[in-house]
Amino acid sequence: MATLTADRKRALRTELEGMLGRGAVLSDPDELLVYESDGLTLFRALADFVVFPQSAEHVSAVVKLAHREGLPFVARGAGTGLSGGCLPAEGGIVLSLMRMNRVLEVDYDNQLAVVEPGLVNLHLSWKVGPKGYYYAPDPSSQQACTIGGNIANNSGGPHTLKYGVTTNHVLGLEVVMPDGEIVWLGGKTRESQGYDLIGVFVGSEGTFGIATKIVVRILKKPQAVKTVLAVFDEVDQASAAVSEIIARGLVPAAVEMIDQLTIGAVEDAFGCGYPRDAAAALLVELDGLAIGIETQAERIVAACRDSGAREVRTAKDEAERQLLWKGRKSAFGAYGRVSPAYMVMDGVIPRTRLPYVLRRVNEIVDAHGLRVGNVFHAGDGNLHPNILYDPRKPGEEARVVAAGAEIMKVCAEVGGSISGEHGIGLEKADFMPFIFSAADLALMQRLKHAFNPQGLCNPGKVFPTRKSCGEAGAVAYRPHAIEEQGLAQRF
Amino acid sequence: MAHTPLTLRGLSVEGVNQCVHCGLCLAYCPTFSELGTEMDSPRGRIFMIKALAEGRMSLTDPAVEHLSLCLDCRACETACPSGVPYGRLIEAAKAEIERQRPGGAVRRAFRWLNFGVLLGHPKMLRAAAAGLRLYQASGLQALVRRSGLVSRLPGTLSAWEALLPSLPRAVDRAPLPAHIPAEGERRGRVALLTGCVQSVVFGAHNRATARILAKNGYELVVPQAQGCCGALNAHGGDHARALSMAKETIGVFEAARADAVVVNTSGCGAHMKAYGALLADDPAWAGRARRFAAGVQDISELLAKAPLRGPLRPAPMTVTYHDPCHVVHGQKIRKEPRQLLAQVPGLTLVELPEADWCCGSAGIYNLTQPEMAARLLARKVGHVESTGAQAVVTANPGCILQIQQGLRERGRDVAVLHLVEILEKAYGG
Ligand SMILES: Cc1cc2nc3c(=O)[nH]c(=O)nc-3n(C[C@H](O)[C@H](O)[C@H](O)COP(=O)(O)OP(=O)(O)OC[C@H]3O[C@@H](n4cnc5c(N)ncnc54)[C@H](O)[C@@H]3O)c2cc1C
Ligand code: SF4
Ligand code: SF4
Repeated sequence: MATLTADRKRALRTELEGMLGRGAVLSDPDELLVYESDGLTLFRALADFVVFPQSAEHVSAVVKLAHREGLPFVARGAGTGLSGGCLPAEGGIVLSLMRMNRVLEVDYDNQLAVVEPGLVNLHLSWKVGPKGYYYAPDPSSQQACTIGGNIANNSGGPHTLKYGVTTNHVLGLEVVMPDGEIVWLGGKTRESQGYDLIGVFVGSEGTFGIATKIVVRILKKPQAVKTVLAVFDEVDQASAAVSEIIARGLVPAAVEMIDQLTIGAVEDAFGCGYPRDAAAALLVELDGLAIGIETQAERIVAACRDSGAREVRTAKDEAERQLLWKGRKSAFGAYGRVSPAYMVMDGVIPRTRLPYVLRRVNEIVDAHGLRVGNVFHAGDGNLHPNILYDPRKPGEEARVVAAGAEIMKVCAEVGGSISGEHGIGLEKADFMPFIFSAADLALMQRLKHAFNPQGLCNPGKVFPTRKSCGEAGAVAYRPHAIEEQGLAQRF
Repeated sequence: MAHTPLTLRGLSVEGVNQCVHCGLCLAYCPTFSELGTEMDSPRGRIFMIKALAEGRMSLTDPAVEHLSLCLDCRACETACPSGVPYGRLIEAAKAEIERQRPGGAVRRAFRWLNFGVLLGHPKMLRAAAAGLRLYQASGLQALVRRSGLVSRLPGTLSAWEALLPSLPRAVDRAPLPAHIPAEGERRGRVALLTGCVQSVVFGAHNRATARILAKNGYELVVPQAQGCCGALNAHGGDHARALSMAKETIGVFEAARADAVVVNTSGCGAHMKAYGALLADDPAWAGRARRFAAGVQDISELLAKAPLRGPLRPAPMTVTYHDPCHVVHGQKIRKEPRQLLAQVPGLTLVELPEADWCCGSAGIYNLTQPEMAARLLARKVGHVESTGAQAVVTANPGCILQIQQGLRERGRDVAVLHLVEILEKAYGG
């Protein structure tokens, strides 16, 4: 990409300020530096501008300008992403949506809310909470991440096990397309006619356009909730308990595993009540009707005990329950107590392979002379090995990347996937060939091309870079000259 | 491998390496919530402090602006799972700013007025207070406020103007006696920090504190030689004077031979509890500072150790509680004030939305950053109105002045009281 001359940059800045107002455009190098990473500091990229639109019209105007100038652009929510998704990989404009954070409408009768993309996930539940409702998708970062970012990554959370991921909760989207046009996908009803374009857009990692309004479902809070903590002396026992719970036909809302290293970090952080000497703990939550929940809880307790749990207890009140969840949800952040940086992996595996894969993860990380902490959505088989490292030590970053690649290979080998919920972004782009054939990738490229023909909207993400895709033989989709003239279409 | 420790102005900022960039603190930062800019977030500021210490960034105008806009409210410390010692990092950054950018003449004069002379010298502050009182009593203040002249004063001056409290009469400003005996069975001997500003402006708080302590069986000593604890100097980047003030304070209170040092202003309490860290590198003082710091207690912390001694009179009213930043985030005291209020018969406590968010007072922030302070105050006052409470209870003079001003501007007849004032009422005061 050609870099902007100083003159051009000044002129563009003036134009952007004209559109968005003063105080809504950053171009000072020191200020841009702060935007070089998201939650994964392993990757860094500098933008030419960071702008702060306040409406779909603002977003559209900026996108049109980028389109005219051939400048890449990318949406950014809270920047809690863990795959470098919101980084301006090829420079250009970052559209920070943090000033579009209103709840525009709540329709309790129809159980939906219309929100702006920069709204913090948890703030929606706070807003509708007093009336007995909540927004179900609950990424552990929900106190900070935005609904727009959730849409892009199709984010999950502990309660995904029962309630599904973001896409199951989105009814409609107002989107600024990569050429600046404002369109609606879906609407306020459960089913819309035609293709399920919501299903296509959600999870497209900001490469299909920028969502500017989002219609989401809100759910009634469950009548009753029970939270069980099971403590194990061996990780294998905890893994076995996960399979046992599901095998007995129980459907918990969440089954989370947290290992010893991670327990230590969160106990240091907030003193949440996890026993530090446990090899692993499971946090199992049941919710639903009050009737029958006790019996279900007893069956969970039994399944854990039969798998070798040394202690199983139920949170005695809401305060204890909240504290256990606080520990679980702050785990990534708490790694700062044991290491100056970490890289979290996001592999998905068949649940039954948990014991094998966790052992392999440890072996791989050991072999690279690194440490790993595990805290993850065990019920979904969505692993999060967090490889701890010190970026100041020469060579460590490279070892982390190598270990990460090996772990992803293991996940792919056992029939799993390289990302459960954090997205491919920059981080996993080169690993796509582990699970997709060249033909798969080419087809996906064509889909992207349909939305984003110029490739200016969040470039450099999801697909392998040319140097690595050579080996998998994937070639970026390029329209033929006659297609460009509208004389032919390829299907 | 050994690393060169990161420092700014000789103060360690190694704590930056504890930040893993997770962003979990973002939505709890008032300035980030208002502006949405990463440079005005904890994560962004830590990043800048790190970049400054590493020499990747220099103190350009924008950097100074973003770091100065930090309230030092430390809400980010409460939110951060990683335990980043944010307060210490921003203090070091402010000290560096102070070194590189001593500021324009007006600001220097302002600083001198605040830190150098008045705060360190209660007598001069009392004289200044008399001046303020005269200004109010003469009706000049009302005239100035009505005339619209205020809006033409430079930004910080008009903020000053609006904040002027209604001063108590001279009798209320008189210093407390050096010794006040306990009533009933004696529980212990405590020393009171009377504070520099509030001993003049809020003499009533100290009087109420003394009375409640006596009722609850504490013998009280009030060291007469005490000065300022140095909190404002440390937060404002005047590290050298902060150190000497800390040493003086330690000396004065050691001589009082009390079981605890009781504080009723949040900034002073949080700062004195951190003396251990402040003086850690001074071998002659490190041990003394640590011991002193361990004995410092906020008034609510001390009182909540046991049920309040009765009899307590009913105070039938609805109140809401605002957590001062340096009580709730700086000292992690959240339950205690609420527990104490719950013991007052007839009193109804409604939770304030965003109770633990900064009101914009933040030491002298409302004077140096009037615009952001006003935004945060509006947010706070809006929440107070939503509770329908008859009074706001809090535990820090700065917050009281600030919230009072906000309510006055909105024409609201809602009292703003220190926790000790409401407890004193219950004791029939
Ligand atoms: C401590 C921690 C815990 C986490 N736990 C979970 C978890 O349990 N489950 C989970 O799924 N993830 C988790 N994550 C990852 C991350 O929080 C999610 O991916 C989240 O959805 C990102 O939201 P964000 O607002 O921070 O988006 P960003 O990081 O700013 O952006 C993420 C992607 O979204 C795109 N984007 C942002 N807004 C829009 C928009 N309006 N339109 C189109 N594209 C947009 C960006 O371009 C980028 O590609 C965690 C992260 C952290 C740091
Ligand atoms: S300060 Fe703490 S919470 Fe904030 S980004 Fe850093 S580690 Fe995360
Ligand atoms: S101290 Fe307060 S204003 Fe400053 S970064 Fe932390 S939360 Fe934000």
